Amino acid sequence: MNTGRTSAGPMSAEPAGRGRGGGTRAVAIRARGLTRRFGAVVAVDGLDLDVRTGEVYGFLGPNGSGKSTTLRMLCGLLRPSAGEIEVLGHRIPREAEALKRRLGYMTQKFALYDDLAVTENLGFVAAVHGLDRAAAHSRVEELLARYQLTEQRDQLAGTLSGGQKQRLALAAAVLHRPPLLLLDEPTSAVDPQSRRDFWDALFELADAGATLLVSTHYMDEAERCHRLAILDRGRLVAEGSPRDLLDALPGCTFLVEGASPRAAQHALTGAPGVLSTAQIGASLRVLTDRRDATAEALQRQLAEAGLDAAVRATTSNLEDVFVHATRPGREAAA
Amino acid sequence: MSAFSLRRLLAVVRKELRQLRRDRLTFAMIVGIPSMQLLLFGYAINLDLRHLDAAVLDQARSYNARELVAELAQSQVFDFRYRLASPAELDALLREGRISAALVIPPDYERRLIERDRPAVQLVVDGSDQVVQQAARQLAAAPVGALVAPLHAATTPGQVEVVNYYNPGRLAPLNSVPGLIGVILTMTMVLFTAIALVRERERGNLEFLIATPLSPLELTLGKVLPFVAIGLVQTTLVLLLGRLIFGVPVRGALWDLYLAALVFIVACLALGIFISTLARSQFQAMQLAFFIFLPQILLSGFMFPFAGMPRPAQWLAEALPLTHFVRLVRGIMLRAAGLADLWPELAALGVFAVLLLALAALRFRKRLD
Ligand SMILES: Nc1ncnc2c1ncn2[C@@H]1O[C@H](COP(=O)(O)OP(=O)(O)O)[C@@H](O)[C@H]1O
Ligand SMILES: [Mg+2]
Repeated sequence: MNTGRTSAGPMSAEPAGRGRGGGTRAVAIRARGLTRRFGAVVAVDGLDLDVRTGEVYGFLGPNGSGKSTTLRMLCGLLRPSAGEIEVLGHRIPREAEALKRRLGYMTQKFALYDDLAVTENLGFVAAVHGLDRAAAHSRVEELLARYQLTEQRDQLAGTLSGGQKQRLALAAAVLHRPPLLLLDEPTSAVDPQSRRDFWDALFELADAGATLLVSTHYMDEAERCHRLAILDRGRLVAEGSPRDLLDALPGCTFLVEGASPRAAQHALTGAPGVLSTAQIGASLRVLTDRRDATAEALQRQLAEAGLDAAVRATTSNLEDVFVHATRPGREAAA
Repeated sequence: MSAFSLRRLLAVVRKELRQLRRDRLTFAMIVGIPSMQLLLFGYAINLDLRHLDAAVLDQARSYNARELVAELAQSQVFDFRYRLASPAELDALLREGRISAALVIPPDYERRLIERDRPAVQLVVDGSDQVVQQAARQLAAAPVGALVAPLHAATTPGQVEVVNYYNPGRLAPLNSVPGLIGVILTMTMVLFTAIALVRERERGNLEFLIATPLSPLELTLGKVLPFVAIGLVQTTLVLLLGRLIFGVPVRGALWDLYLAALVFIVACLALGIFISTLARSQFQAMQLAFFIFLPQILLSGFMFPFAGMPRPAQWLAEALPLTHFVRLVRGIMLRAAGLADLWPELAALGVFAVLLLALAALRFRKRLD
């Protein structure tokens, strides 16, 4: 889980979260009641958010849960319909221009130029950030080496592989050494090995002092974050460190094996105490809402349906936390 | 950091030039559109009507009548393919679409010429064809007046002055090449800028760019500046080809011409930028550009004479940049006029450019919404 934390980052990011007053702030991002509507759609609904300086903060949620919209509001690209935002001490959107020099934003969709070479793209970004020719050159070389793009330096960005593109986009986002990085599903188009490498790179940046806000819909990535927020249809439904979230889970998880998972699912769906079921390979994962729910009780329910299956307790994971946090009818109960 | 940075502007210009160089299609269009249009308008599309199929119903059968027919035939507007014996034949031919016009010379043609109380001849035209109708009507105005007068007064047939009124004398390229510069610039400049800016948004580049210190002014200027150069190259290309192929001269000062072209290019680019703030996709940008292109072509005086248009159309035309540029460029190239004579047109273009740039700047926000 913390493989990425072993290597000390050679990146000399400026100390994170330094406000304009020069004092160190504990909070890099603060949002209250953040809301964004698109016509009738409420994309983000009353979000309260506190991201501490120096942490890797995860945004976990399915497609359409409002992750991108939130990130865009945080960096001043979209105006909130309601709510307040303060990022690195800047009030957003009013002071968005000042923030833009201290923020790195990696868009969900590859946003560099497909018809420019790797070095041309980075050179352009360097010039946009005001680096002179010599400074730009040395910074680009440094980034090419760090993100293993030296061999692709003259290749057009449009012809890079998914992993290479992501590394290029990351290099462009960190080129001006921002203390805060917002990354929108940075690994969505990348194979598992590249994903692990990419997260190593992210922790390297965090170790150098940067604050990272990363959205994802991968559980394994969410698990690596220091803290995370679970979003569901625009609302923040759970927040905390992965450990805390697991500990706070009020139910337990069981694994049903030996019977047809589909038949077992049919028998258990809607049964008392059963929150959700999910088929994993040849077995069925069952989340119950009471800690005192037992394997025997579940087995009895299955037997009543004429199914002979083995039921055993298993450790809960973030997926269970997610399912629990987003279960239907939650608002009514809360 | 300053609000405007030359370094950032140049970075955008350099990027844009690199992308242009790799975009073969656009590159081909920059050279291809002017060349193709020049040849099209110079050779193929003849805006002057000539060789209309026509018939003669000569009921006078006199020397003067034959002379009249000969004169009209010499003008090349009409090819008198049919000699008719009766009005019924005329009706049939017109209805079948075999002829566009027919000249009817009444039996008392000579008497009418002398007494001048009634039209001497009748020109029957196919009213279903707007263009033919218009041309023929202009012509028809002449025979009773100008054309007939010399016939009546003089005994010098073959020297009819009036023929010049409508004899195009194969001078089509001379009239169309100057205006063509404006048409080509309108077509390419507006479209290229609109598309270039919208593409940035459509491909998602803009989302990254607006999270950087790059300002809208730097981005827009940087993307548009290369097109100023391209516009001047296109102007040069049309002038050169017009000179080499059709012998179209520049009678006025070359500097005046280029200055006018420069202001016009800026106006076109401003229009393109404005369109880009309205359009959500490259396709929409293209549609909008064509939507604005059409009235410019039709109303600017490039295709049809400005004076012949109805009032409301003239007012609309005054609001189009191409109208003013066509006057400027024709004045400079054909009449050897200077900008001192034509400054109202130049000022109109300038006002147009400034207004549109201001409008575009108001609409362009450094945000996604
Ligand atoms: N520009 C927009 N116009 C209209 N609706 C939008 C826009 N952007 C996002 N939405 C809607 O807002 C919701 C949240 O979208 P988004 O923030 O992209 O979610 P995520 O990034 O978690 O997949 C979705 O229902 C989406 O359709
Ligand atoms: Mg998204």
